[in-house]
Amino acid sequence: MSKIKKTEMDKEQTIIMSGNYASAWGAKCSRVKVVSAYPITPQTTVVEKLADFVEGGELDARYIKVESEHSVMASLVGSSMTGARSFTATSGQGLLYMTEMLHWVSSSRLPIVTTIASRGIAPPWNIWAEYTDILSVRDCGWIIQFASTHQEIFDSILMGYKIAENEGVMLPYFIVYGGFTQSHTSKPVRIPPQKDIDSFLPSPPEKGWSHLNLDPENPITHGNLLMPQQEYLDFRFLIHDAMMKSKKVIQKTITEFKKSFKRNYSGLTENYKCKDADVVLISYGALAEQSKIAVDELRKQGKKVGLFKLRYIRPFPNEELEELFNSGVKAIGIADQGTAFGNPTGGPISTEVMSLLRLSGKKIKVLPYVWGLGGRDVTVDEQIHVFNQLITLKNKNQYPTDDTFQHGTVWMGLKTGV
Amino acid sequence: MVTVKELIQIESNKPELFQCGSSACAGCASVLALRWALKALGPKTVVVAPASCANVYIGIWPKASSAVPYVNMAFAAGASAASGVVAGYEALGKKDINVLTWAGDGGTVDIGIQALSGAIERSTNFIYACYDNEGYMNTGTQRSSSTMKHTKTTTTPTGKGMHKKDIAQIVAAHDIPYVATCVATDPQEVYTVFSEAKEIQGAKFIHILSPCAPGWRFAASRTTEMGDLAVKTGIFLLWKQVDGELTVNKRTLKYLDKSKRLPVEAYLNEQGRFGSLRKDQIQDLQDWVDRRCDKLARRV
Repeated sequence: MSKIKKTEMDKEQTIIMSGNYASAWGAKCSRVKVVSAYPITPQTTVVEKLADFVEGGELDARYIKVESEHSVMASLVGSSMTGARSFTATSGQGLLYMTEMLHWVSSSRLPIVTTIASRGIAPPWNIWAEYTDILSVRDCGWIIQFASTHQEIFDSILMGYKIAENEGVMLPYFIVYGGFTQSHTSKPVRIPPQKDIDSFLPSPPEKGWSHLNLDPENPITHGNLLMPQQEYLDFRFLIHDAMMKSKKVIQKTITEFKKSFKRNYSGLTENYKCKDADVVLISYGALAEQSKIAVDELRKQGKKVGLFKLRYIRPFPNEELEELFNSGVKAIGIADQGTAFGNPTGGPISTEVMSLLRLSGKKIKVLPYVWGLGGRDVTVDEQIHVFNQLITLKNKNQYPTDDTFQHGTVWMGLKTGV
Repeated sequence: MVTVKELIQIESNKPELFQCGSSACAGCASVLALRWALKALGPKTVVVAPASCANVYIGIWPKASSAVPYVNMAFAAGASAASGVVAGYEALGKKDINVLTWAGDGGTVDIGIQALSGAIERSTNFIYACYDNEGYMNTGTQRSSSTMKHTKTTTTPTGKGMHKKDIAQIVAAHDIPYVATCVATDPQEVYTVFSEAKEIQGAKFIHILSPCAPGWRFAASRTTEMGDLAVKTGIFLLWKQVDGELTVNKRTLKYLDKSKRLPVEAYLNEQGRFGSLRKDQIQDLQDWVDRRCDKLARRV
């Protein structure tokens, strides 16, 4: 193995980089030991940058350049089972192709971190921002976090490993951001000194994970057939249980991160001016970040609107949403940048939020949205329009009457005559 | 080649890494081969077993026959998961651990061929063994692309229409350091090829013909006989290619001479899966064998 060059940073540096490079830097600074990857637009520059790091002697890791995404995740199952911190990145079709192995990872309780530069699903070919890829695999037993800024992509990888490798969690971790809008745009990212990262995120235990370690000195078999009356159901429960309990670990890790690096991430959700709001939009990803501008505009006009950003969708932020429902809010919009064909709203997250709302028994008016599919622009003006539709709903109990309102959901910008 | 005398010593002296009491079918050849493969590889071995009979005969949880780490793996992922195990050990500086993928023919020639091709192209330092029982036996005897022509399976009730893939030659075309074939019923051969493979750096591939009593429909007491007949009829050819150099096993070398080898009926007539073949179908298989033997003879 080539000698590792001393390129680690003694002092914090701010580097202008793309979202994808922020992802590669996050993996490097987390000192991942095995990278396995297959190129797919718009993830490609993550794996190119990682190749530079490894072959340039800046990252002491094995890099497996496999022949498909199924093999990506299969090889990481293998590497993680030896106790090596393992990383990959993918997008769209690639994520779908590895679906079988996503279950293998979570059911083996392996703390693999994966970043997703989300894109639309073919056909027709589409490589631009949309989250149907990740939303399609939302129930595979992975923690799913959206990163809506470049800095958040980098920071989330450090936090992601810390959360995933927590003994009480031991679940894989997705960090998701928009293809091109985030993956290929450049912004300043602050890279902390490596020694601070190392103390925040120590190496995994030398003896491997306590529940599963491929060690000929202590042989185990893994994944043997179970009969129906044996503990299959119980193992499934433990995955769900760990997911639900991970909420506390997530919160704790965010607090520790703030202490170490002075950057604050709110929690499973981010509440932007919701406190006194009577109209709130629930959303996720970079478009949610943009909604803050729309909120500010409307606040200037004296309208009491707020944004409720979902940072995590797995585990689902039930408690935070309960709190929102109890805050006195009168109307809620839920915007999905992805689809779930044939489900109650057409949007996966709006359906989940609405089922929770129903359980809460609160009489809050709701309007689901599907927007930004396949990279379709959603401008600030359009977001202001969304808030105004919600205000109309609140004041007059009136749903939109134009052709974009279909089956109870607004499909933003839906072209009439389709 | 290890001698029978040595083998008897090895049987009692080397640790038993595949314990008796497995949940294999009576007369299973695959477990015999795995037992001898592990004798050759020793305790510092990790087995990756993609979906196959090997996921069942390893034992029903929490029982297991393996005394080395043994990972049940997804069907297509035998070679890729092993690649990751190898990379993990390399990254962590753990040396001298044999990584063995133990796959059936479906997991190798069909669903797993892409991952296999990828892993050996990358010169992954592991042994990939395919025990070939010529069909999806674990799921009820469906045809695979390794099933012989005219075989009756549950998805080819009137007989399969085409010849089997020559997986060992496909792998040999990747120009990896070690490719060998053997029959699961011959412990001398199995032990020898695994002992050789263990000493070689890089990707190693071992193709093992594995007679299957329920799938091929012969009496469980006759397993070794079937393996033997496969060699004597020239239906299964024993050879190895080490660093590009082809060596034909002595037994096969003898049977490359048509006058020495048994007619294919000697093999076909003993197995229910070839029941009620027409004369032209038998001739078709005889021609296939002759062609393959001649081709190999020309390369010697």
